[in-house]
Amino acid sequence: MSSSKIKFDKKIVLSFWIILIALIIAAPTLLPVFRLNLLGRYLSLSIVALGVDLIWGYTGLLSLGQGIFFALGGYCAAMYLQITSSSEFPNNIPEFFALYGVEKLPFFWEPFRSPVFTFFAIWIIPALVAGLIGFLVFRNRIKGVYFSILTQASLLVFFNFFNGQQKLINGTNGLKTDVTQLFGQMVGSESMQRLFFWVTAILVIASWFFAKWVVKGRFGNILIGIRDDEPRVRFTGYNPVIFKTIIFSIAGGLAGISGALYTVQSGIVSPQFMTVPFSIEMVIWVAVGGRGTLLGAILGAVFINYAKSLVSEALPASWMFIQGGLFILVVTALPEGVLGWIQGDGPRNLLQRFGLKRRIETYPSLEVNNKEGNNE
Amino acid sequence: MELLLDSLFNGVAIGSVLLVAALGLAIVFGLMGVINLAHGELMMLGAYTTYVTQLIFKLPILKPFYNSYIIVSIFLAFIVSGVVGILLEKTIIRKLYGSPLETLLATWGVSLILQQFVRSVPLAYGTGLIISLLIGLFLPTTFPSKIKESINFKYFKFSSWIFAALTGVLTGSVISSSVSKLSRASARNVDVTAPSWMRGQVEIIGTSFPKTRLMIIVITLISVIAITLFLNQSAWGMRIRAVTQNRQMSDCLGISTEKVDIITFGIGSGLAGVAGVAVSLLGSVGPNVGGNYIVGCFMVVVLGGVGNLLGTVLASFGIGIMTDLIGAGRLLSVWPDMPLPLSNTINFFATTSMARVMIFALIVIFLQFKPTGLFPQKGRMVEN
Repeated sequence: MSSSKIKFDKKIVLSFWIILIALIIAAPTLLPVFRLNLLGRYLSLSIVALGVDLIWGYTGLLSLGQGIFFALGGYCAAMYLQITSSSEFPNNIPEFFALYGVEKLPFFWEPFRSPVFTFFAIWIIPALVAGLIGFLVFRNRIKGVYFSILTQASLLVFFNFFNGQQKLINGTNGLKTDVTQLFGQMVGSESMQRLFFWVTAILVIASWFFAKWVVKGRFGNILIGIRDDEPRVRFTGYNPVIFKTIIFSIAGGLAGISGALYTVQSGIVSPQFMTVPFSIEMVIWVAVGGRGTLLGAILGAVFINYAKSLVSEALPASWMFIQGGLFILVVTALPEGVLGWIQGDGPRNLLQRFGLKRRIETYPSLEVNNKEGNNE
Repeated sequence: MELLLDSLFNGVAIGSVLLVAALGLAIVFGLMGVINLAHGELMMLGAYTTYVTQLIFKLPILKPFYNSYIIVSIFLAFIVSGVVGILLEKTIIRKLYGSPLETLLATWGVSLILQQFVRSVPLAYGTGLIISLLIGLFLPTTFPSKIKESINFKYFKFSSWIFAALTGVLTGSVISSSVSKLSRASARNVDVTAPSWMRGQVEIIGTSFPKTRLMIIVITLISVIAITLFLNQSAWGMRIRAVTQNRQMSDCLGISTEKVDIITFGIGSGLAGVAGVAVSLLGSVGPNVGGNYIVGCFMVVVLGGVGNLLGTVLASFGIGIMTDLIGAGRLLSVWPDMPLPLSNTINFFATTSMARVMIFALIVIFLQFKPTGLFPQKGRMVEN
């Protein structure tokens, strides 16, 4: 990752923020409801992308199972909404339970009657699950590709579990939130969707600042150290297990928030959130945007999903080709992602190639950047 | 006794599919440290090869040999998946050597492309493409060494690619005009019907077993024996083992690691193709057929470790037998009057998908004691 970043003038930064906030406030009036809803969903996906950037871009842990935590957050939110708006159904429990002959709310859903509990559960439960999985894996110094395929396997396990349990969580059908009530209003209604859009936008900015705070200073340096040379970090006296577990559960928590926001805006949470392709897609958002840049993760998530919906509307068959090509292209030709390329030497090299900018004289030996250093 | 035999057979049948599918993955992972996420799609190609071979053998010329198509398709599937694998290694994986995570992502991209490819390209032209790849990649290597060393070799190479492309188009159009089922692209699943001698059951010690399952066990057995012989008896096998143990040292001793990589990747991919033939006998063949098996293969690799093929074998049969034991709730029939909470738990896990959940949990517990699998590679590196 490049260390040279472009420093912006304070005035430019300020005006950027003003424009951004103005756009967020104005978006609901500028965009038709359908597009606004899409934008809101993509913004909520950018929160899970931030988490992926924290664990992959900064710590070097490629998780292919973020969908677990994403879906857990979604299920928490959806179950709360279902329970609170179930007063007209028999036994005061969500409608689907009756289909499978369940008469009493399963005990672990009982606390979800309380909004305060749900508010915390949305991000704490995924974070705890992530912490547990992470700890069990990291403790044994399982890493690299092993870690990736273990996360993918656990994703599949969760998918199987959620898919098969009709009596507890409505199985394949998932939980609908469209027709549930929140604050006396229908969740699927236009005014609620507008509210959710604003909440999402604020939370994206908040999690961006949070992620920036996490990677700043010593903690962030250790994360980068783990990414670049884990044994050396261990020999210096730090315990990588703790740091990896913490960052993995932070990413899990972010995924949970993201999943809850996505659920209320798309109107349903189902085991489809835990399919293998979706979780790998999250990685490609970050890879294209630029790993280790945070902002790149947000932009990547929003733009790739937007491109996906545009392409899928026009030429449904070609999206798979484009996506597959993106995966190959971004790791072979653009390993730093678009933002990393802009922040690094990319534009200058491009201008130099066309003779528009003078070459910077350096000694070739200074540019020894051993890419094969992480040979395992 | 009968129950035990039944359970053992089912477990071995599940395990042998896993084994033949995971074998190639394990060898490649052991050698290059990369996990090929497109492995499932290479299996899919093998399964589609079986389907195409079957249809071609229905043509009037080949009709008399129809019953042997499954044997032919095993070899063809090995070649088809092997060629695609070699192309994949030559174009993408080689560039990413030393960064396994990036390889993981790139191969996922390849798997997406392959899936969409079989959906949107007619199989006849897909066959043509594979044939031209085969010719283009291998024709230049058969030239006499005089030509190979000459300065104009690139022109020979180029012209052989042109020849390959023409042959490919020709075969593609011939197949598409003679077999109407292959001339249109379709995302629908297709079915491979086993030849008549493979249908039905076989009686062994009073229990009857389906012949297709037995066939899969035989295919697996042959693959494992062939690979073991190749790795332990042939010169290239020795080189592969050397590079697996210590890449730098082998390189210094004059082994062409590049060639070893290509050969290993080709063989690993080819084995995926053979696994595809096995899979095509079990159910219908579709673009997603590989995805159903791939995670099981990962579990085999994780559980078996990379040092030894024996680990892969034990891990697959272990997982297979456990899947059957848990998924069919067999403990209940052995011990019908067990305490209620225990039997409830067993019933809870007694479906195929819940058995996977249980097995994954068991593997994670196992990894707490042996984090590098059953037979880890021994070494003194910090990283291991």
